[in-house]
Amino acid sequence: MLNVGQLNEGFVLDHIEAGKSMEIYRYLKLDKLDCCVAIIKNARSNKMGKKDIIKVECPIDMLDLNILGFIDHNITVNIIKDGVIVDKKVLALPKQLVNIIKCKNPRCITSVEHELDHVFILTDPEKEVYRCKYCEEKYTGHKKKH
Amino acid sequence: MKHLMSPLDFSVEELDHILDLANDIENHPEKYAHACAGKKLATLFYEPSTRTRLSFEAAMLNLGGSVLGFSSADSSSAAKGESVSDTIRVISCYADICAMRHPKEGAPMVAASKSSIPVINAGDGGHQHPTQTLTDLLTIRSLKGRLNNLTIGLCGDLKFGRTVHSLIHALVRYPDIRFVLISPEELRIPDYIKENVLDKDHISYKEVERMEDALPNLDLLYMTRVQKERFFNEEDYVRMKDFYILDKKKMELAPSDMLVLHPLPRVNEISVEVDEDPRAVYFKQAQFGVYVRMALILTLLEIEC
Repeated sequence: MLNVGQLNEGFVLDHIEAGKSMEIYRYLKLDKLDCCVAIIKNARSNKMGKKDIIKVECPIDMLDLNILGFIDHNITVNIIKDGVIVDKKVLALPKQLVNIIKCKNPRCITSVEHELDHVFILTDPEKEVYRCKYCEEKYTGHKKKH
Repeated sequence: MKHLMSPLDFSVEELDHILDLANDIENHPEKYAHACAGKKLATLFYEPSTRTRLSFEAAMLNLGGSVLGFSSADSSSAAKGESVSDTIRVISCYADICAMRHPKEGAPMVAASKSSIPVINAGDGGHQHPTQTLTDLLTIRSLKGRLNNLTIGLCGDLKFGRTVHSLIHALVRYPDIRFVLISPEELRIPDYIKENVLDKDHISYKEVERMEDALPNLDLLYMTRVQKERFFNEEDYVRMKDFYILDKKKMELAPSDMLVLHPLPRVNEISVEVDEDPRAVYFKQAQFGVYVRMALILTLLEIEC
């Protein structure tokens, strides 16, 4: 496998569905970070055939990874400190999403007042349903594959 | 400080208290005639609604308070591009309580989050209309004597009809409630109401298209108007608007003690010949609307008489 240098401190996001790494890059706003980010596409995987991997070198309190639970909770998150894996984060569906996804209901107040946060609440954890806090419209956009 | 966004903001006990208070107001109006002296209600109506606005204003005036506000977005600072958040911050300086109607869903919730006075949702798009629900509950309880063990027919625009959505939310909290959802396929109840309310709480309901099939088994028939302003397409509206017309002949199919409710205004969906039927209670319902809004204002302003 292609080797992209070892991290001293940061995250390795493994088992990303092949082709989804750039989407995650955008969701996590990694473009805003002034640190080393490596994106590996189509790496060989025994489990998945092909997968993407993202490595981020940054202080471990710098990233909010809760959003990953919304995108795909099968992603493995390894937390690296002093060059070794110190923790593996278990991803869960976040109870609330703020400014991650947008309400598409043309009748929603967020469609006309653009300074408002787009807030979605997890209303049915079993069916993974998120609804707009304001108009209760169900989010039907991008959803991860299982 | 409490706001009213949805009928579920009140527990069943709190709702009972408001309905009891409304009944007491109905029986002893003089006791409450000066309860809100010196208090001001702001009615912020971003879309026209003579009925709801006047009902709120009558309620506050009956309590000895005063009212101020606007009745369309054109005559408000919204026309200049002011946000709901900014408007409510300003109105909080002028009034003690506010009732807001807005065509956009969730607008009163945005207002409540920035307000220093209680905000009442007086209707937000096709979403919620909690004071109509309080009106409906008071009407049903006063005229039927109970809010449990009822078979309720909801007829007309169940897709965009916010009064229907709010009423369902409120009634499922009482035991033995059954719904018959009468609508054309295009105007059926939204999935989120079915999934999150009816299915979740294991409420018995069936969907039918013909009103005649449902009428013989109902305790209540709740008629709604197909609202032009909820359609983006004129053609769809024209096709749907006269889908249901309740007339004298259809009323013959209904039980002798079935009540007919309607949030009003009525257009063609209830023939005027039904008005004389003692089961038609939609004008009494409008009167109950004033009593319950009086009770709500007193409750949110924490005024005891």
